[in-house]
Amino acid sequence: MDRFEYIEARLFDGENYLKRDKNVKIYDGDDKTQFIDGEVLLTTHRLLWGKPGDIPKGLVCLSLHLYYVFCLEEESGGVFGLGGPKRIIMHLGPALPGKRPGPAVVSPFHYVKLSFKDGVDTAFYKALSDAVAAKAWERQTPIDTPRTATSPTTASRPTVTAVNSKIRSGIVGIERSIEEQHRATDQSISVAFQDLTKLMEKAKEMVSLSKNISTKIREKQGDISEDDTVRFKSYLMSLGIDDPVTRDAFRSDSEYYLGLAQQVSDMMVAVLLECGGIMSLADVWCRVNRARGLELVSPEDLLNACKLLRTVDAPMSLRKFPSGACVLQLNSNRDEEIAKSTSDMIQENGYLTPEKLSQIANVSVLLARERLFTTERLGLACRDESIEGLAFYPNRFLLEA
Amino acid sequence: MRRRAGVGAIQKHRLEQEKYKEKGTEIQENQFQQMSKQLEVFRENLEDFASKHKSEIKKNAQFRRQFQEMCAAIGVDPLASGKGFWSVLGIGDFYYELGVQIVEVCLATNYKNGGLITLEELRSRLIASRGRAKKHQDITNEDLLAAVKKLRIFGNGFTVVPISKGKWLVQSVPGELNMDQTLVLQKASGLGTAWVSVSVLTSDLGWTEIRAENALNHMVREGLAWVDSQEPKETLYWFPSMFAECVSA
Repeated sequence: MDRFEYIEARLFDGENYLKRDKNVKIYDGDDKTQFIDGEVLLTTHRLLWGKPGDIPKGLVCLSLHLYYVFCLEEESGGVFGLGGPKRIIMHLGPALPGKRPGPAVVSPFHYVKLSFKDGVDTAFYKALSDAVAAKAWERQTPIDTPRTATSPTTASRPTVTAVNSKIRSGIVGIERSIEEQHRATDQSISVAFQDLTKLMEKAKEMVSLSKNISTKIREKQGDISEDDTVRFKSYLMSLGIDDPVTRDAFRSDSEYYLGLAQQVSDMMVAVLLECGGIMSLADVWCRVNRARGLELVSPEDLLNACKLLRTVDAPMSLRKFPSGACVLQLNSNRDEEIAKSTSDMIQENGYLTPEKLSQIANVSVLLARERLFTTERLGLACRDESIEGLAFYPNRFLLEA
Repeated sequence: MRRRAGVGAIQKHRLEQEKYKEKGTEIQENQFQQMSKQLEVFRENLEDFASKHKSEIKKNAQFRRQFQEMCAAIGVDPLASGKGFWSVLGIGDFYYELGVQIVEVCLATNYKNGGLITLEELRSRLIASRGRAKKHQDITNEDLLAAVKKLRIFGNGFTVVPISKGKWLVQSVPGELNMDQTLVLQKASGLGTAWVSVSVLTSDLGWTEIRAENALNHMVREGLAWVDSQEPKETLYWFPSMFAECVSA
């Protein structure tokens, strides 16, 4: 109620009449007031209330600036909500300083109600909510207050953005402070991205902000994007390396390749362990470059580095399949170890075909067959070639001799 | 506030609770929208900076790392060089960047396509993930083919196969690492029939026809499957290694 002011019922410049209604009572929050059976008049800027006939005559009436209103609700009158809405609840922002005197100096409530004897006219409600949403008062220069003897000029009308009341309470307060927080964030993002130097200065803040936003969004919708590729990209980049080896830092190419080999080995161990110990070199190249960020290495450099993996004692090595495909594989996949584990599997199963091994070891059929060949070559298996295909048995010549 | 009692009060209380709940979801929804907006702003700005200030970003090691972290969090690709004059001569990072992105698209999708993708699909996915800027739209099939060419040095693990005029199929998984044949065998033994067909694979495994044909033809070449063209509807592929099991079952 303390947001209302007394003023003569006259339109300001730029203010337009919208709608009127009769038999309206005002409640201060939940409490009844003396203002009953009046007439309301809605303009683009204000809501006026006066005794019947007062408003058309231009007499002093109650006026509520719509910029106080931030939220509207309808309330049903009947016990079981029958008969349609009877009241409009208007949630109001804090009173501005420099306001004209009104019917109340303070009020414990942050909302007022308009009670309509004949029910809320939907057209009126719509007009009111449209006017609140349209914010006509923000679009133009402050309205000149009509100067009359009875109403001394007040300070120029403060704008909504000037509101910086420390009192925040209730849902309104929470909403306002969230809104303010968002505004501050928007502001700091736009400042940081003005130019590169600004961004460098604020990098730390922006990194944590970006992570914060992405975590929030992930919480809500599962992931930052529905695009498989974007998700995968963001995953690969998150496994970044701090200081990618660059050619400039080395005196010769061979030293550079050694350094690169070491770095590749360090970062690929975990990845290889995860994906079954073997990976095509194209995939390796993609992952390495994603981890390096902007410092790309060429396929040639990577290949040269991989050739030196043995030199740096890496737990993996480069390997070329008979088909010509290059892969990086963990040393635990080297021939001797493969033959040993494969022959164990053959003994367990009695015999193995490439197809069967591929299912047991979860490798491709080609690789399974190759493993069996390797085992055979090292004398740990004997082949049986028949119309049903190729099968390998334990080498009994060796085992039972 | 006066004390209320009775049905009216209960009704009122219930209504109030509902209103609070509504308000709560409204506030949350609002906040989420704000966040999404900020994410967009971040994305635009990062994309913009990545293409404009690449060399400056590269120079500063600490910032480079931070920039990468931001890109990772927001899902922006920092590799956004345009096709400049020099890239025509094979100098500059353009084709390497494209190469990285090509392999990435293949890796990201191979759980559902088994490492086979048409160049068209690859291109549209790549462009979509590269960013919103207009210049990314200009990447042509020829650019992609040129970028793939640079991967030839890795042997034929990553190849582009022409399928018809102006159409290519990109194969990103070398035969040795291709699990499709294993899946085919699993399917056949699961059915207990010792045979499968293209239609079985497309309907049961959700494969494309081209993927199914590719896998089966490969198995025929390797001597793992026998072709049976007597079935009027479609060709059947039999697996001799499963004959014994089927007979005894």
